[in-house]
Amino acid sequence: MMAKVIMTADDSASIRQMVGFTLKESGYEVLEAVDGRDAVEKLQARAVDMLITDLNMPNLDGIGLIKEARAIPSCKFIPIIMLTTESQESKKQEGKAAGATGWIVKPFKPEQLLAVVRKVLG
Amino acid sequence: MKDNYREAFKEEAGELLAQLEVSLLELEEAPEDMDVIGSVFRAMHTLKGSGAMFGFDDIAAFTHEIETVFDMVRNGTFAVSKELVNLMLSAKDQIRLMLLAADGGDAFDDTTSRDITAALQRMVRGGERGVGVDPGGEGQSDTLDDLREVMTTHEISRLTTHILKSDGIFVLNVTCTLASSETELAAISARIKKHGEILAKVPLAYEAGSDSIGFRMVFASSNDVAALQNEFGPSLRETRLKPACQAGEVRAPQAVEPKVDRVTYRIRFSPREELLMNGTNPVSLLAELRDLGPCCIVAQTRKIPFLIRMNAESCYVHWDVILTSACGIDTVRDVFIFVEDECSLSIETIDDSGRLDVDGDYKRLGEILVERGDLVMDDLERVLAGRKRIGEILVDSGLVTPDRVSAALVEQQHVKEIARERQVQESSSSIRVPAERLDLLVNLVGELVTVQARLSQTAAKNRDSELVAVAEEVERLTCELRDNALSIRMLPIGTTFSKFRRLVRDLSAELGKEIEMITSGEETELDKTVIERLNDPLVHLIRNSIDHGIESPEARGAAGKQRKGSIHLAAVHSGDSVLITIRDDGAGLDREAIRAKAVEKGLLPASGEFSDREIFEQIFAPGFSTASKITSVSGRGVGMDVVKKAIEALRGSIDLSSESGRGTTITVRIPLTLAIIESLLVEIGNDRFVLPLSLVDECVELTREDISRSHGRNLANVRGRLIPYVPLRERFGVHGASPEIEQIVITRVDSLRVGFVVDNVIGEHQTVIKSLGRMYKEVVGVSGATILGDGSVALILDIPQLLHCAELEEGFAQTGHAAA
Repeated sequence: MMAKVIMTADDSASIRQMVGFTLKESGYEVLEAVDGRDAVEKLQARAVDMLITDLNMPNLDGIGLIKEARAIPSCKFIPIIMLTTESQESKKQEGKAAGATGWIVKPFKPEQLLAVVRKVLG
Repeated sequence: MKDNYREAFKEEAGELLAQLEVSLLELEEAPEDMDVIGSVFRAMHTLKGSGAMFGFDDIAAFTHEIETVFDMVRNGTFAVSKELVNLMLSAKDQIRLMLLAADGGDAFDDTTSRDITAALQRMVRGGERGVGVDPGGEGQSDTLDDLREVMTTHEISRLTTHILKSDGIFVLNVTCTLASSETELAAISARIKKHGEILAKVPLAYEAGSDSIGFRMVFASSNDVAALQNEFGPSLRETRLKPACQAGEVRAPQAVEPKVDRVTYRIRFSPREELLMNGTNPVSLLAELRDLGPCCIVAQTRKIPFLIRMNAESCYVHWDVILTSACGIDTVRDVFIFVEDECSLSIETIDDSGRLDVDGDYKRLGEILVERGDLVMDDLERVLAGRKRIGEILVDSGLVTPDRVSAALVEQQHVKEIARERQVQESSSSIRVPAERLDLLVNLVGELVTVQARLSQTAAKNRDSELVAVAEEVERLTCELRDNALSIRMLPIGTTFSKFRRLVRDLSAELGKEIEMITSGEETELDKTVIERLNDPLVHLIRNSIDHGIESPEARGAAGKQRKGSIHLAAVHSGDSVLITIRDDGAGLDREAIRAKAVEKGLLPASGEFSDREIFEQIFAPGFSTASKITSVSGRGVGMDVVKKAIEALRGSIDLSSESGRGTTITVRIPLTLAIIESLLVEIGNDRFVLPLSLVDECVELTREDISRSHGRNLANVRGRLIPYVPLRERFGVHGASPEIEQIVITRVDSLRVGFVVDNVIGEHQTVIKSLGRMYKEVVGVSGATILGDGSVALILDIPQLLHCAELEEGFAQTGHAAA
């Protein structure tokens, strides 16, 4: 019954807005973070059900965020999805090694985002 | 909505460009500063990524080129120079022009973009640190994906074979004179064949008027790139392919994917122990498989260690799954897309419907085990000499573990069942039972559910663990029995759909229109009563589409559409309800006509802005019609209000969207069954009420303070949105004072969010619907009653009706829409 909480970490405000709107429309609660550091601080303060993060961000990049998030007890087993423009295997592998659950390749449509969220959130 | 994002992107891009300029100027001062280089790269990266997301394809393409160059700067292959900064600054100005052009400003000059990219590439080629050969030829790069787009399935399979043999894959661009292209191609092909196998000859874009044509030859060879360049010149390139895919995994272009009937797959999913560590929930993967079709899942638990040695964060379980699905193997494989590297996964097709021998038995257990690679044929034959049941013998002789045997047995069973099911469908063997008997059965099950709830409650109160265990077992069985009894009453909606085919044919002939009807989801099942009661509303809606929606063939021709219109009728499951959509590709609703009519009838105020939804909803008002001429079919203004009432009587909802010139889509949401519903039990004073769970969005608290802050308006602020609410205590005249903290149950009806204030939310409840009888038929806001576990009665609230009353009384529809 309780709405699941999803954090979106992205330095691009328009992506945050799009992701946020799409998720809220589907009944999720959305928490925004503007970069990796901001995300880590917010994650320490509040448990979320899922994290969607960009890879290229100032202060702390996506890979760094995934690593630090996995060290936070409440985030140890939550699904983490990375948004990537690089469809290359290397970035995906690096992210997976850091603890990411999956990825979405930009550009994506809202439906694709929701499909992935439902996939990993069950 | 997309426009909103575009606006947000433009604003953001403006900021990024300003920041980019500052960074570039800093970079000129400190060319080695990695922080600044990083921030320039990020700005480009965001412009590219977000640009592509929100439809600024030109910006995305342009920044992609620049980002590529700057990536080289970032990883140290290329040094920052004054020229680079200058070029980057002009690139930045160019992007600003592109943004302005998108804003409706002057068109930007495309050649400038090309000049900048070309200059950047020249600079990169001249100034690369290290070996100065451009591996990409003309700055293009061919990835496997590019190639795959244009290759046939056969070519792709050859390609994969070579990749797996670790041959190199090369691309050679050749230009032939148009007149003699065939002989020239044959000559070059012969030369290539000496070195390897030609995989594909792809013609390049032909420029009109040119007397030559280019081809891209893709071939595989075990020779190295230097030797080949010797023979064919430096324009030959080796593609940067790694065998990203394993054998058999290469995906054929989608158009080629054959349409499969139902196929049975054998899936062996063995995740590594660390699977859980990156947030993957294997259970949801299995649930996703279940969504694809009937499936049997056997968990292999053999590897679970003793508790003392067990790491709670590891996944020790493996799964064998037998799935029968209409989906292709790629769809099945896609379920595992995120975990491919963290598991060993095998997916085999063990039956596609053509081959399965319905009359004969499925393979013997031994054969299955051999085929699954769990047993060697020789061992099997040796053991077969014995006389015991094959499974027991195998386990006794230690050749196969009991887990594996049971998995194989499940497979055997599953395939048998599928075969049987198919047989049943073919011979349609069934028993005819009078509908009343089924109704009686469902009623009895309903009674049973009520008694079971009472048993569970008693057991919980007495704290007798034995009784609790029995109660739980009864609960499980009752649940199963209930689902079973309800499913017996289910019928596929297909028969109703096929009746409509005739309706469409006759009506369109009468009205001189050409209309094709497309249906999907015929196999979707609904309660028999529901299907019967849906017939009339659906007929109304389809008539409307034919009469008002789809234009005459002439009008369609004039609007540049196909002469033949189409009506798409689809049914699909969604949670505990079924969605039926009726979509036509006609003219769409006439917004202005509806508005004018609504104003004329006093349904809407003459001035003010209204959303499409608010205007379109007016057509559900009684006696509403904008048709200027009355046909024998429709236009008399009886219909939509009746349709809405009929749907609501089924506890369903109706929603419509329309795009001028493109058509109208009507979505009807109907609960699966009318007898038993999932609901939310709430309390006001000593009375209990029940709300259908399918309409409930969420519950939030409402404090006295909240109430005093809203100055007597029944509005609650839920995460920044105003939600109107109905205080049920007042509505039903419940005595006594409300508690300090009340609860708002927020419901969603036709996309309108409205709260209902109650004292306390008790929880979810299986509600057996009892009718109130004729005496209380006219009571507003209550659709029935149910008996609770303790024998007391709770009223079932009719949410749409309550909402309607509240709208009439308070006229808060406006605020409701603003908040929705």
